[in-house]
Amino acid sequence: MSELIWKRKDLLGLENLTREEIEFILSTAESFKEVSSREIKKVPALRGKTVVNLFYEPSTRTRVSFEVAAKRLSADVINIATETSSVKKGETLIDTGRNIEALKADIIVMRHNYSGAAAILARHVNISVINAGDGWHEHPTQALLDIFTLKEKLGKVAGIKVSIIGDIAHSRVARSNIWGLSKLGAEVTVCAPKILIPPGIEQMGAKVTDDVDRALHDADAVNVLRMQFERDESNAFPQQLEYFKNYGITEERLEKAKKSIIVMHPGPINRGIEISSEVADGANSVILEQVTNGIAVRMSVLFLVAQARDNAVASSR
Amino acid sequence: MKEKAKILDSESLNRSLMRIAHEILEKNRGTAELCLIGIRNRGVFLAQRLAECIKKIEGQDVPVGALDITLYRDDLTMIAQQPVVHKTEISFDIDDKNVILVDDVLYTGRTIRAALDALIDFGRPKAIQLAVLVDRGHRELPVRADFVGKNIPTAKNETVEVRLKDTDGKDEVVIVEKISS
Repeated sequence: MSELIWKRKDLLGLENLTREEIEFILSTAESFKEVSSREIKKVPALRGKTVVNLFYEPSTRTRVSFEVAAKRLSADVINIATETSSVKKGETLIDTGRNIEALKADIIVMRHNYSGAAAILARHVNISVINAGDGWHEHPTQALLDIFTLKEKLGKVAGIKVSIIGDIAHSRVARSNIWGLSKLGAEVTVCAPKILIPPGIEQMGAKVTDDVDRALHDADAVNVLRMQFERDESNAFPQQLEYFKNYGITEERLEKAKKSIIVMHPGPINRGIEISSEVADGANSVILEQVTNGIAVRMSVLFLVAQARDNAVASSR
Repeated sequence: MKEKAKILDSESLNRSLMRIAHEILEKNRGTAELCLIGIRNRGVFLAQRLAECIKKIEGQDVPVGALDITLYRDDLTMIAQQPVVHKTEISFDIDDKNVILVDDVLYTGRTIRAALDALIDFGRPKAIQLAVLVDRGHRELPVRADFVGKNIPTAKNETVEVRLKDTDGKDEVVIVEKISS
């Protein structure tokens, strides 16, 4: 079988992973998916391990998904929401991380509003760090679950055409997807109003357009991103209705696309802004399957980083 | 690694499987309530082969499942190579069934301990019986097999390699000696 040996104690992003590593996470996730369909949805693989969810930004679905994944592996889970913690009293990220390490936790799952925060934390603690989103930088497990869903639906990733539509500039989901999809040989197009296209995105390997019909034209899948109006500090965003009219994914627009086009969205969806209700609930939508697949992918990541750290500790003895 | 002796060739391996199939049917009085669950990887192929033997004898199909025990192991950090998690595929209900757990080699008993834990998470079988192609001794847990193809006394520096035509291109069982480097 696989010759690959997973050695990373952390998962910080997809940019620095190899194609083989990404494929290994995905194939391990395939095996984990079955666990959630059992009557007893639990395996003892991470029994005795403690997972700390450290969230500096509000999140429900990612945090709950990691919590469910960790619990199905029999780990103990502790949630820290920073609004109610010592972070409010001025504790630094590194101090918080070292305190969590001193509690003998094994894995920190962190969401942070600064790009690169997970990498900084990972350098300062010996325990595993999983990036659950850092600023505009990366959200690797979201991209992995998107790719997992694509692979499940289309049977392959190499050669498929994926269009990512929405606020590319502020989207860590878009960045992680571009890295991951390109490494696996998919063709990625990003589409947004010009103001929401960050400079240099072509260098990551994505095609760019501001014409949504062109982005949809021959795409096998479309990943619709949420308009992050809360991040609009310059008031430069288009108005909601204007955005829906020009970029919203509607049935009329999909009629011009491939019949089999897969519609994805990382959630939470804003109905009537970036996607219409008919499309979100329609036959092409896999939005809820993404949520289910997210658990398998996160189980896979939790399992692999925990194994890598255990092996590193064992071999240093 | 040095090959020391061939224990079973294709013919004797198939005879062993046929005998085990007869023994399973004898002990369980036919195929009612019977199912076979193989432990990945080679146990699954042996379970399928046993199901074929049972079909030849009784003309009945017996459900066959595949169990991956990676997530139930107690020695994950002690194995040198990457543990690869494979799929568990049990598409039938095991409640009140007579489950025949199938593996290639019975050694320390730890794999079987893990497999029992995994199986119990799927339901409550009436009974679980163990069928192995080779029992090589050196048990570390109180585990014994109900059906054994061949008992092979071995030294700890030897390993028993079961090769099947499904996975390795030919049917045979050999003892190989680890040469300490």
